[in-house]
Amino acid sequence: MPGSIKDRVAIAGMGCTRFGERWDANAADFLVDAAYQAFEDAGIEPGDVEAAWVGTQNSGMTGMTLSEPLRLPYIPITRVENACATASDAFRNACYAVAAGIYDIVLAIGVDKFKDSGVSGLTDGSTPGPGHAMGSGGMPPRAFARLATTYFDRYGLSYEEGKHMICRVSWKSHVNGARNRNAHFQREVPLETMINAPMIAWPLGLFDCCGVSDGSAAAIITTPEVAKNLRKGKEPPVFVKALQISMSPRDGNYNPKFDYTHVETTVRAASAAYKEAAITDPREQISMAEVHDCFSITEAVTMEDLGFSPRGKVRDDIESGFFDLDGKLPIQTDGGLKCFGHPVGASGIRMIYEMYLQLQGRADKLLNPGMPSRQVKNPKLGLTHNLGGAPAGCAIFVGIVGLEGA
Amino acid sequence: MAGIVSYGAYVPYYRLPRSIVNEAWGRRGGTGEKAVAGFDEDSITMSVAAGLDCLNGTDPKTVDALFLATTTAPYKERQNSTIVATVLDLRREARNADFGNCLRVGSSALLSALDAVRAGSLKSVLVTAADMRLGGAAGEDELAFGDGSAALLIGDGKAAVEIEGSYTLSDDLVDYWRSHEDDFVRHWEDRFGRDAGYMMIPIEAAKGVLAKLNITQKDIAKLCLYGANTRAHQGLAKRMGFDPSQVQDPMLDTVGDTGAAQPLMTLVAALEEAKAGDKILLVSYGNGSDAIVFKVMPEIEKIRDRRGIKRHLEIKRTLDNYGRYLRWRNMVSLPPSNRPPGAPASPSAQWREHSSALPLYGVKCKKCGTPQLFLSGSSTRAHVCLECLAKDEFEPYRFADKRGKVTTFSHDYLTGGIDPPVTATVVDFEGGGRGEFDMVDREPGECKVGMEVEMTFRKMRYTYGTHTYYWKCKPVRD
Repeated sequence: MPGSIKDRVAIAGMGCTRFGERWDANAADFLVDAAYQAFEDAGIEPGDVEAAWVGTQNSGMTGMTLSEPLRLPYIPITRVENACATASDAFRNACYAVAAGIYDIVLAIGVDKFKDSGVSGLTDGSTPGPGHAMGSGGMPPRAFARLATTYFDRYGLSYEEGKHMICRVSWKSHVNGARNRNAHFQREVPLETMINAPMIAWPLGLFDCCGVSDGSAAAIITTPEVAKNLRKGKEPPVFVKALQISMSPRDGNYNPKFDYTHVETTVRAASAAYKEAAITDPREQISMAEVHDCFSITEAVTMEDLGFSPRGKVRDDIESGFFDLDGKLPIQTDGGLKCFGHPVGASGIRMIYEMYLQLQGRADKLLNPGMPSRQVKNPKLGLTHNLGGAPAGCAIFVGIVGLEGA
Repeated sequence: MAGIVSYGAYVPYYRLPRSIVNEAWGRRGGTGEKAVAGFDEDSITMSVAAGLDCLNGTDPKTVDALFLATTTAPYKERQNSTIVATVLDLRREARNADFGNCLRVGSSALLSALDAVRAGSLKSVLVTAADMRLGGAAGEDELAFGDGSAALLIGDGKAAVEIEGSYTLSDDLVDYWRSHEDDFVRHWEDRFGRDAGYMMIPIEAAKGVLAKLNITQKDIAKLCLYGANTRAHQGLAKRMGFDPSQVQDPMLDTVGDTGAAQPLMTLVAALEEAKAGDKILLVSYGNGSDAIVFKVMPEIEKIRDRRGIKRHLEIKRTLDNYGRYLRWRNMVSLPPSNRPPGAPASPSAQWREHSSALPLYGVKCKKCGTPQLFLSGSSTRAHVCLECLAKDEFEPYRFADKRGKVTTFSHDYLTGGIDPPVTATVVDFEGGGRGEFDMVDREPGECKVGMEVEMTFRKMRYTYGTHTYYWKCKPVRD
């Protein structure tokens, strides 16, 4: 495919902070922590970084968000914002710069510090336009809950059947998150507790919603040659196979064609990514994935949109454990947004970080003591997915990383 | 001849039984119920509701003025009638006016409209009367006051109801009042108001108009007499010389005392039952009295398809929770919100896009015919057709009068507000187009994908001294 990113750049090192309600740390602390982990992992000095992309939704304007805490000397830095796809888009732009031959070593990093806002959930910092008269000021849960309402209705699921299905999604992520000592939530939760938890936005209850967290994740992106050199004697570098972003025209709430049972933008981004990575049967060829499970129903629908499950049939795969850690296609091996947490501007690179560790066989690096391994057996290709915005209007990222030759 | 060419009315969905209020205060009994405007309704939204019912098919661009009557105007400075006129899609040239500060103001506005049309300076005037007076907790007014509205279209064409004559008395008799600082009505000793005011002044006005027209009580088919309580109302009608069978029910046990709206609401109820040739006497009361004699014409039969009073009385749900009522009326101290209040719409942004947002206009593509309601956070103006991508090839298309079906919804417990949960729906309109609206006048359990809804104009929030209005949807119940 002309213009494909496949195998043209590689990840030489990565870092990721502990996610959570980090009353103890600020955005600069996170950036320094994640960046220096990545420098150490790649075996480079901060001064080796030729350019950087810093993604943040809410924790700083301009590239100085990064240059100031790291004291990076006068290098080009771009600040990126693309809602929940922010970090992935920073990563994507960094990859393109290396693929273009402009730089050999660049840094892509994402960060967000939400928990100084004083409110649960996300804040609305936008300018009051005419549209402010029109909404009742709703937050994301209702927008995603409506996917569940319509999905249940379309496929004839009773409330009990549908609720069990989406809580089973979260239950699996809690099993995975419990093994991860950097995760925001590290406890397994009984399925019954989830099903009977307080309603947030019907039919989504407390455990259908991910946390809002603080944290940062970073990647050092280089040419394949530089990466191999840097990682000599260590685990192999991870290669970028596909990077796709698709922007919906944000018309789902005024275009009747948007059916509220799937997210077309994900379908488009995934199809482009599969083409770029020469994947023909994602259910068979993808080894594992980290997807945007901001809400349990989002993950369920995304399984269909990515082609992992047949349309309308994801319930069978969820209930049979197909996406569990020991299933055929493990999803959210680090706990996902649900349990690892969701600092919006960092999440995309956090997902890639998990794929990176899994591909290198290092997933148990952050294993909680006494817990069983969460290492996926012989993974070749890992997919990451973000949904920025709401189902009716979203910025979608689908990326694929893998081992050399995969 | 100038007269009433259309009528409409509105009674809010929720009714509070007086026994529930009494029970909360350790009292027994209580007769009937009162209509309670929803947490997101006020005299502006109820004027819109009655106005829509009245216009029902009339092109709003043919209406020359809107006279809004209420003692409970949401704004002291900012023309309430022009907000209603904008929502109802009247012309910018409309000569709107607010009539306020007296319970007689509904009939005053009606007479002013009639004079303007008779004089030929206006051809068509929409008169709305709405009220939602607040009674202090545990007081008698809390039991007595109800909420509602009525609208009359006064025109110079063939009238459904002609106005034969009127007689007005103005008298600064102070039996009850509210100053600029008062939330609640103050009362002077009630026997003074009764003996020197209510039981005297309306009689004088009624006599005046009957003498002027040289007719007697026997010529009147129905008396629409303002009344604040049943006993006094019945006593006054009798003293006026009317048989109980001639007296129109002032709806005190079903709607409550709707203040400035009551005379016109009672008139609409009478017109719903009237036949051609009937004469109706309307007598209002408040710092004087207006007595007006109407004659019902054969055209009345052409305007029967309104919801009016009768059907609105049937569309109801009991509010069986006094605490919920207090919360709706901001009568209890609530804990501080966990989230900052929503910002009001920017006045400049809203003014710029008034013509689309308030009357709920979308567009229809002239190339492919697709109706579309474009409402993003930053714009209400479509430029590129979502179907055929033609640029700026649109004509206006109104959604306010279209029904729709719920495509999806969620009951949002997180957003908070005055009456959680918020039922956040997406509605597909008949004839095309989709929009995102909160649903009201619904029980969460009755919401289903595919249920039929209609549009209703409501208040989204009151923050920073600003009432932010927009449209919501509600289940179709007829």
